[in-house]
Amino acid sequence: MTQVTSTNSSLLHAEQLSSIRGGRVLFENLNFSVSVGQLWQVSGPNGAGKSSLLRILTGLLEPSSGAVYFNGQPRNQNWSEFCQQLLFIGHKAAVKGELSALENFHWQQQLSSVKNVDAWELLEKLGLLGLEDELTARLSAGQQRRVALTRLWATKASLWILDEPFTALDVQGIALLQQRLVEHLRAGGTIIFTSHQSLTLSDLTPEKLILEYQGESL
Amino acid sequence: MSQLSGGQTWLTLLKRDLRIAARRRSDALNPLLFLLMVVTLFPLGIGPGPDILARIAPGIIWVAALLASLLGLERLFRDDFQDGTLEQMCLLPQPLAFNVTAKMMAHWLLSGLPLVILSPLLALLLSLPVQGWWALALTLLLGTPALSALGAIGAALTLQVQRGNSLVSLILIPLFIPLLIFATAAVENASMGLAVHGQLAILAAISVLTVTLAPLAVAAGIRMSVN
Repeated sequence: MTQVTSTNSSLLHAEQLSSIRGGRVLFENLNFSVSVGQLWQVSGPNGAGKSSLLRILTGLLEPSSGAVYFNGQPRNQNWSEFCQQLLFIGHKAAVKGELSALENFHWQQQLSSVKNVDAWELLEKLGLLGLEDELTARLSAGQQRRVALTRLWATKASLWILDEPFTALDVQGIALLQQRLVEHLRAGGTIIFTSHQSLTLSDLTPEKLILEYQGESL
Repeated sequence: MSQLSGGQTWLTLLKRDLRIAARRRSDALNPLLFLLMVVTLFPLGIGPGPDILARIAPGIIWVAALLASLLGLERLFRDDFQDGTLEQMCLLPQPLAFNVTAKMMAHWLLSGLPLVILSPLLALLLSLPVQGWWALALTLLLGTPALSALGAIGAALTLQVQRGNSLVSLILIPLFIPLLIFATAAVENASMGLAVHGQLAILAAISVLTVTLAPLAVAAGIRMSVN
């Protein structure tokens, strides 16, 4: 095993990551280092492996080879600390259709142990006021996305990994989310996200990681 | 920075599951109704003679309980799997094997405990002798945690399978058989006034074993499915 000599500022470090899904190589020997306070955008065509890469970084998916390091140590060795620092919103938004927007927020808040957020203020900000008692299964896709995104306003996590956070959102929602992302970065947070749109978050330009679609199968 | 303790997370997960179950009452009530129907239909089919009913009552009740426990099992993790809640559970700082016990507990509270509470009624409907009542309640109390634990393994293993209900049944029925044998033997012995400590001890042992080891298997099954 090779010991990685990473600098202190490297929060998440990927070494020689490869992923093979369904007999197709998604990416091979990927190396990169995400430092504290950075904004990373993973882009590439459909099927290039963006979601798989994010899921490998979170640990939900095992890479075919390679390793992920968190704070300079193998991620799985300080898994508990990694989970405390991580906020992941995937394609599946983890919003319970049987619960109302307010209840969904309530449970998420309890699990993230953040106490000082005013739920009503937040729901108003996200345009969900008046819908808070409606079961989220009856809300539109964009509104459900907004319910999922309430987590971003009630978290202590510093590393955000967001898979297509802008899908289904309207112009105003996108602006709101961008504003929140900038706030998080200004506060020293780190964000890795996938998006097809090229973003400009005020004066912050994201580091880009571009995955190519690898056509040949094994 | 106050981090949520394991116990608080566990309680939160349990309460959330109970809240969701309250929103879909029919899912929780369906297995119980099935059980009640089986138990009420048997006297109609066999005839109301108390001798024969009392003789077959333990078997009927336990077979019906086993089959009823299979009914809602497929949905134990499925909704959470589909809406991404399971992914988030994998990413909680507490071990997944610990967190899934909250879901198993919720399942037992909604499926196992009602059986224990209903058992006097079931015994009455099948004219089980009075000595058999408490034995029936005890076997259900000791045996149903194992049903929830084993059921969770089956549900976790078949998450990736579309309509995995028949597969779950095939996996679980053989594992349920020891429970059935010892539970019915206990109730029969009790009805005849014999000692039942042996059978109850074995039931308790099965439950302890499955409740402690099943979470590890369930967590492995979930990780495999989420992968």
